[in-house]
Amino acid sequence: MVNAPRNSFIAPGVRRYSRSAVYAKKGLNKHPKPAAKAADKQTPAEKTVELKGGQKRTVPTSKASRFYPAEDVPQPKKSRKTAKAGAIRASITPGTVLILLAGRYRGKRVVCVKTLESGLLLVSGPYKINGVPLRRVNQAYVIATSTKVDLSGAQIDEKFNDSYFAKKTVSNKKGSEEEFFEGEQKKKVYPESKATDQKNIDKAILAAVANVPQLRQYLASSFSLKKGQFPHQLKF
Amino acid sequence: MSGSFQRQVEVGRVVLINYGADAGKLAVIVDILDHSRALIDGPTTGVKRQAHAYRRMTLTPLVVKDLPRGAGATAVKKYLEKNETIAAWNKTAWAQKLANRVQRKNLSDFDRFKLMKLKSQRRAIVGPATAALKKQQA
Repeated sequence: MVNAPRNSFIAPGVRRYSRSAVYAKKGLNKHPKPAAKAADKQTPAEKTVELKGGQKRTVPTSKASRFYPAEDVPQPKKSRKTAKAGAIRASITPGTVLILLAGRYRGKRVVCVKTLESGLLLVSGPYKINGVPLRRVNQAYVIATSTKVDLSGAQIDEKFNDSYFAKKTVSNKKGSEEEFFEGEQKKKVYPESKATDQKNIDKAILAAVANVPQLRQYLASSFSLKKGQFPHQLKF
Repeated sequence: MSGSFQRQVEVGRVVLINYGADAGKLAVIVDILDHSRALIDGPTTGVKRQAHAYRRMTLTPLVVKDLPRGAGATAVKKYLEKNETIAAWNKTAWAQKLANRVQRKNLSDFDRFKLMKLKSQRRAIVGPATAALKKQQA
């Protein structure tokens, strides 16, 4: 087993140890690199051979191997798996009041507007009540309460999808001289269209909220655990 | 009644089970088995007839009157309904306290918020009023 290779294949094309792991195992860093061999004397690629009959023929100096491997380098396996969006909890439906647990707006009580294809939830404060804008949140960072806002009459535009929230690519001026001198002067203005979108969506939510006494104040207040309260023992 | 004990272990004594699957349910002592267990039955409260240790039940002040010793489930049911024992239990402060506890536990987040608002309303009335009274008396 002296000459058995350390590295073996765990799957075709996937070796047990990485290149650098093998390097470390062999301890190659402890020894100086062998000096590159001096280039051999120039041998001509072909030579002329005299055959029996007196004929001459040019033959390559080193004969090409008669065999060559049928398979050369194993191809790494290509994964065809894609991550699917998880199912939304049954307790979360459009209109459910959610408690946000992470991010800027943690502790805020917001209304779920709809679920998006990416598995994220579209929520709105409404902005006028608690300052939370139209926003996507992961359902893992949310507590679903049993309180529902009746959004049956609300028309939610199809345009509110994941691409609506996609970031616009910024010009690649970062770090350049231009940016250094003129930067920080332009303040980003919140786009007008987004502000009107917010208003249009919140209109229906606010109307539904106004029908339930104290719901508005409830959404305006933020959630926190009091003394002796444990989230796993509470009913929401 | 004898000595300082107000509640005796006796046939017809209504007990509150405080351990096991039937915890929180009412039952009636039908028979006394030995110094640590009694035969209990609760045909109207979902408690099966069984031997049950005294340390796993609490005696209530209620007694089903004239319940014969070792009465069967139908007889126990008849006596319970005749004496309206369960209704009497529900009227006690003890039962109401237990019911309140369950209700508090099952409040939703919105309900807790509304409760908080009501409590602060009460404080806003009671606090200044008591302060004024104290000032008057001083």
